Amino acid sequence: MIKQWLLTIIIFGPMLGAAFIMTFRGKQDRIAYLSRWLALITSSLVFLISLLILVFFEPDSANFQLVQKINWIPSLSSSYHVGVDGISIWFIMMSTLLTPICILASWEAIQKRVREYMVAFLVLESMIVGMFCALDILLFYIFFEALLIPIFLIIGVWGGVHRVYAAFKFFLYTLVGSVLMLLAIISMYCYTGTTNLLTLMQTRFLPEMQTWLWLAFFFSFAVKVPMWPLHTWLPDAHVEAPTAGSVILAGILLKIGGYGFLRFSIPIFPDASADFTPVVYALSVISVIYTSLVALVQEDMKKMIAYSSVAHMGFVTVGIFTMNIIGVDGSILYMLSHGIVSSALFLCVGAIYDRMHTRAIKFYGGIAKNMPRYAIIFMLFMLASIGLPGTSAFIGELLILTGAFQVNTWIAAFIASGLILGAAYMLHLYRRVVFGKLENEKLNTILDLSPREIAIFTPLIILVFCMGIYPSIFTDMMSASVESLITNYKAALDENAIINLTAR
Amino acid sequence: MYAAIVFLPLISALISGFGDKKLGDKGVQIVTCATILIVSILSIVAFWEVALNGSYQTIKLFTWINSGILKVNWALRWDTLTAVMVIVISVISFCVHMYSVEYMKDDPSIARFMSYLSLFTFAMLILVTSDSLIQLFFGWESVGVISYLLIGFWYDRSSANVAAFKAFLVNRIGDFGFLLGIFCCFVIFGSVDFNTIFLNVPKMANKTFNFLLWDNINAITVASIMLFVGAMGKSAQLGLHTWLPDAMEGPTPVSALIHAATMVTAGVFLVARMSPLFELAPKSLVFVTNIGAATAFFAATIALTQNDIKRVVAYSTCSQLGYMFFALGVSAYPAAIFHLVTHAFFKALLFLSAGSIIHALNNEQNMKNMGGMWRKTPWTYVMFWIGNLALIGIPFFAGYYSKDIILEAAFASHTRTGKFAFWIGILTVLLTAFYSCRLLFMTFHGKSRMQNSSTFKNAHDPSPIMLIPLLVLAIGAIVSGIAGYKYFVGSQMAGFWGSTIKILEEHNTINAAHHYTPIWVKVLPILLGFIGIFLAYIVYVLQPGVPKKIKNAIRPIQLFLLNRWYFDELYNYLFVRNSWKLGLLFWKTGDNTIINGFGPDGISAVTKWCAKKVATWQTGYLYHYAFAILIGLVALISWQLAFGS
Repeated sequence: MIKQWLLTIIIFGPMLGAAFIMTFRGKQDRIAYLSRWLALITSSLVFLISLLILVFFEPDSANFQLVQKINWIPSLSSSYHVGVDGISIWFIMMSTLLTPICILASWEAIQKRVREYMVAFLVLESMIVGMFCALDILLFYIFFEALLIPIFLIIGVWGGVHRVYAAFKFFLYTLVGSVLMLLAIISMYCYTGTTNLLTLMQTRFLPEMQTWLWLAFFFSFAVKVPMWPLHTWLPDAHVEAPTAGSVILAGILLKIGGYGFLRFSIPIFPDASADFTPVVYALSVISVIYTSLVALVQEDMKKMIAYSSVAHMGFVTVGIFTMNIIGVDGSILYMLSHGIVSSALFLCVGAIYDRMHTRAIKFYGGIAKNMPRYAIIFMLFMLASIGLPGTSAFIGELLILTGAFQVNTWIAAFIASGLILGAAYMLHLYRRVVFGKLENEKLNTILDLSPREIAIFTPLIILVFCMGIYPSIFTDMMSASVESLITNYKAALDENAIINLTAR
Repeated sequence: MYAAIVFLPLISALISGFGDKKLGDKGVQIVTCATILIVSILSIVAFWEVALNGSYQTIKLFTWINSGILKVNWALRWDTLTAVMVIVISVISFCVHMYSVEYMKDDPSIARFMSYLSLFTFAMLILVTSDSLIQLFFGWESVGVISYLLIGFWYDRSSANVAAFKAFLVNRIGDFGFLLGIFCCFVIFGSVDFNTIFLNVPKMANKTFNFLLWDNINAITVASIMLFVGAMGKSAQLGLHTWLPDAMEGPTPVSALIHAATMVTAGVFLVARMSPLFELAPKSLVFVTNIGAATAFFAATIALTQNDIKRVVAYSTCSQLGYMFFALGVSAYPAAIFHLVTHAFFKALLFLSAGSIIHALNNEQNMKNMGGMWRKTPWTYVMFWIGNLALIGIPFFAGYYSKDIILEAAFASHTRTGKFAFWIGILTVLLTAFYSCRLLFMTFHGKSRMQNSSTFKNAHDPSPIMLIPLLVLAIGAIVSGIAGYKYFVGSQMAGFWGSTIKILEEHNTINAAHHYTPIWVKVLPILLGFIGIFLAYIVYVLQPGVPKKIKNAIRPIQLFLLNRWYFDELYNYLFVRNSWKLGLLFWKTGDNTIINGFGPDGISAVTKWCAKKVATWQTGYLYHYAFAILIGLVALISWQLAFGS
C-alpha cells in the first residue's frame, strides 16, 4: 500500500504544504515567519519520506518500481502513471534534497512577498518530482510545462535589475521547444493511440517519422540542457535569479534535458538517435570549448559559473550519446555531481552577494583574510568543479571521457581540453575573489559564514566526497537500468541492420 | 602497518587542520612532526620487509569505480619501487616538517601550513602506493593541488598567486596527456590495474589502433608517450617546465619537499612503474631520452645566469630531472631511481640551506645582494658544500654514484640517442659544477654587498631545530650513494628489484655499463666537475671583474639565457593572449551579436516592429474601415471576374 502511494505522496506533499501556507492570515512579519518555517518543514519531511524510495528500491531490477497507475483521461487512454527506475531515482532524490537547501538559502535573502515565494518553491518541487516520476508522456508534458510557471515567477518577481528581460527570455526559449514537443506527442498519440511511455518504448516508429519526432524532442531538451547555440538564456536567467533560483536552475532544471534524452529520445527513437549522434557530438564539443572560453573573460561571478555550467553540460551530452555503459553511467553521475557542485558554487556567490550586494569580480579580492571558513568551502567546490580526483565531478568526467575515448578519440581529446580551460577560469575566478591583498575598504567588515550557511553547505560537502570516494552507492542503484537501456538500444539497431539486409 | 604508513599523515593533517583552535600552534607542530616521525620509522621497517626481504603485497581497501567493464579498487601496492619511494618521501618530509617549525615560526597561519605539509605527504604516499593508473592519477592531481595551495601559501602576494595558478595550469596540460594515456591503456588492456596491464603487455605489443590523426598506429607507443606527457608536466621537462622556477614563490621548505625531492620526481616514478610498457615501445624510449637530455642541458644553461638563489636551485632540479629521464630512456630504470633517491637528499639539503640563508637575511633571495656569508653562517656553509659536491658528482658523495651510472648506461646503450644523451650529460656536468659553485661563491665568499645593513650584521646560523634536519639530509647526501649502490645498480640489483622493474635483455644497459665501460668515461665527468669548480673559483673569487666582461662579450646569449629562452613570452603570446581574444570574440560577437541578435532579441524586435506597423492600421475611424472593405470587395470581385470559371 505505502509502496503504491509513496511517489504520489512525494509529488503532492509539497503542494499540500503550499496550500496550507496560502491560508495564513495576519501581520506580514508573522506570515513571513510562519511560511518560512512551514516551507522548511514540509520540504524536509518530503526529503525524509523520499529516502523511503531508496529503501524500497530494488537495484537489481531494470523495471519501473513503486508504480502507481490511475485512469485519468480514458478517452485519450492517458493515465496518472508514475514510477521510478535506476535512471530517475537519483534525480528525484536530488530534487527533494535541494529544495530544503534552497529554502534555507533564501531565509534572509528574501524579504518581500515571502509567502508567495515559498509557495512558488514548493509548487516547483511538486512539478519537478512529478516530471521525473511520470510514466505517461502527457503527464510528463504537463509537469514539464507547469514547472516553468513557478521558476518564471521566481526570476521575474524576486530577481535582479533586469529580471523581466531574463524571465521572458527564459520562458520563450523553453516554450518554443516545448511547443514542438507537444506536436510530437500529439503525432505519437495519433500513430499509436496511447500516451503510455512503456507502450511507446515498445513501439517501433518508421525511420522517417523517428527523425522528425527526435528533432522535436531534441529541440526541447537541447534548450533545457542547454546546448550551444541555444544556451544564451542561461547566463541571463542565472544572473538575474535570486540565489535559490540559480540553485534550482543549475541543480535540477539543467538536468531535465539530459534526463529527457535518456528517458525519451534514446529508448523511443533509437534509429534517429544513432543517426544524429555526430550532430550531438559536434554541438557538445562546441559547447565545451566555446563556453569555456567565454567563461574565461567574464567579469560577473554568476555569469562565469553559468557559462561553466553550459560547458559541463557539454560533457553530459557527449556521455549520453556514447551509448555505452561507461559513458551513460558517467553522464548520470556527472549530472548529479554538477547539481551539487554548481549549486554550491551559486550558494558561495550568493553568500558574498548577500553581504556586499555585488557580483562584480573586481569588487572583491583578499577575502580569505576575513572569511577563512568561506575560503575553504569555496576552494573545495571550486576544486570539485574542475574535477579533482576524490570529488564527485572526477568520477563523472573520467567515465564520460573513457566512454567517449572508446567511441572516438577526437571527441575525447576535444572535451578533455575543456578540463584545462575549466581549471583556468575557475582558478582565475578564485584567485581574484578570495586571494590577493584586501584592498577594497568595504570588505574590511565582511563577516564569515554563519551557522545557518554552514548547515546549508555541510550536506553538499558530504555528498561531494561520498560520490568521489565511494561512487558505487550511486552506480549500483542505476546499473541495471542503464544496462537495459543500452541493451535495448543496441538490440533495436541490430534488428534494423537485419531488416536492411533482408530488404536488399 | 602498510595502511598506517599511508593514512597516518592524512589523519594528522585533518586533526591539525580542523583542530587548530584546540591544539594551538605548538600542539599542531607536535602532532604533525610526531606523526611523520612515526611514519618514517615504519617506512624503514617496511623497506626492510618489502625491498630487502621481498615480501610484496597488495592491500585491497574497497571498490572505487564500478561501471561496465571499468573496475577500479582503492588498493595499496607494496613492492620495491614503492618501498624506496616511501622511505624517501617520509624521511624528507620529516626533515621538512621539523625545519618548518622554526622557519615558519613568525607566520600567522602555522596550523594551515603544517596541515598542508602532512596532507601533501599523504597524497604523495597514495601516489606511490597506487595499484592502478586511476588511483595514481588521484595521487597525481592531489599533490598538484596541494602544491598549488602551498605555492600560493602567502595568498596576499600577487606574484605567489600567479605562480600557483601557472603551476596548476601547466600541470593540467600534462594531465591532459596523462588522461589520454590512461584511456589508451584501458582501450588496449580493458583494465587500468597495473597487474593486468603488465601481464598482457607482451601479447599486445603489436596491437594498433586509430588515434586522432594517426591510423593504425602502434597502441603501446601512443599510450606510453601520452603517459610520458603527463610525466613531463609534473617533472617540469622541456616545454612544460615553465611553472617550476615560478613555484619558488612558495615558502622554502615547500620548495625542498615538493619541488625538489618528491612531487617533481613523480614523473620519473611513473615511467619506472610503467617500465613493462615502455620497454616494448622503443620509439617512446627514444623520445624520453631526447627530452630528458635536452632538459638537462637547457635548464643548466639558464641556471648559469639567474640571480635568485632559489631559482638557480630550481633550474638545477629541472636539469637533474633531465638526467633521470634520459636514464629511463636508455632503460636504466634502476639508475634513474637511484639518482632520484640521492638527488632527493642533496637537493633538499641545498634548498633547506638556501632557506637558512634567506631566513638569516630576512627573506633576501637575490644573490647579488649577498656575499661573505660564510663567516656569519659557517654551519650552513658546510652544508651547502656537501650538497654542492654531491650535486656535481665528486667521488664519494652520493651524486657521484648515481650520476656516474647514468652516464655509463647512456654510453653503454650504443644507440645514437644514447650517445647523444651521454655527451649532453657530460657537458652538463661542467655547467652544473660551474653554476652551483657560482651560487656558492656569490653567496658565501667575497665582500658582502650589504655590508653595512643591520640584517647582515645580525645574520647567524639557525637554531638546532633547523640544523638537525640539515644534518640528517647531509648524512643522506654523503652515504646514500655508497650504501645504495650495491642494491640499486650493483651486484644485488636483480634480487633487489625483483619483478618490480622490467628490462628486456637487449636493453640491459646497466649490466653493459658494468662490463664494457672504458676508463675515460668514468674519469671524464669527475675531471669536468673539478674544472667547473675551478673555473667558477677563478671567475667569482680570484677575478671578480671577469663576469661582467664575459657578460658584455656575449650579450645576446646572456640575455637569451637570463630570459629563460623566452619560453614564458612565447607561451603568453601564443596561448594566453589568444584564448583571451577568442573568449571575448565568442562572448561579444558570438553570443551577444549573432546568437542573441538573430535569436531571441532579433525575433522579438521583428515581432514588435510588425505589431507596431499593423497597429497603425487600426486607426479607429469608421471611414478608414469602410474604405478598406470597399477595396477588398473590389479586389475580390475583380479576381472572380478575371479568373472565375
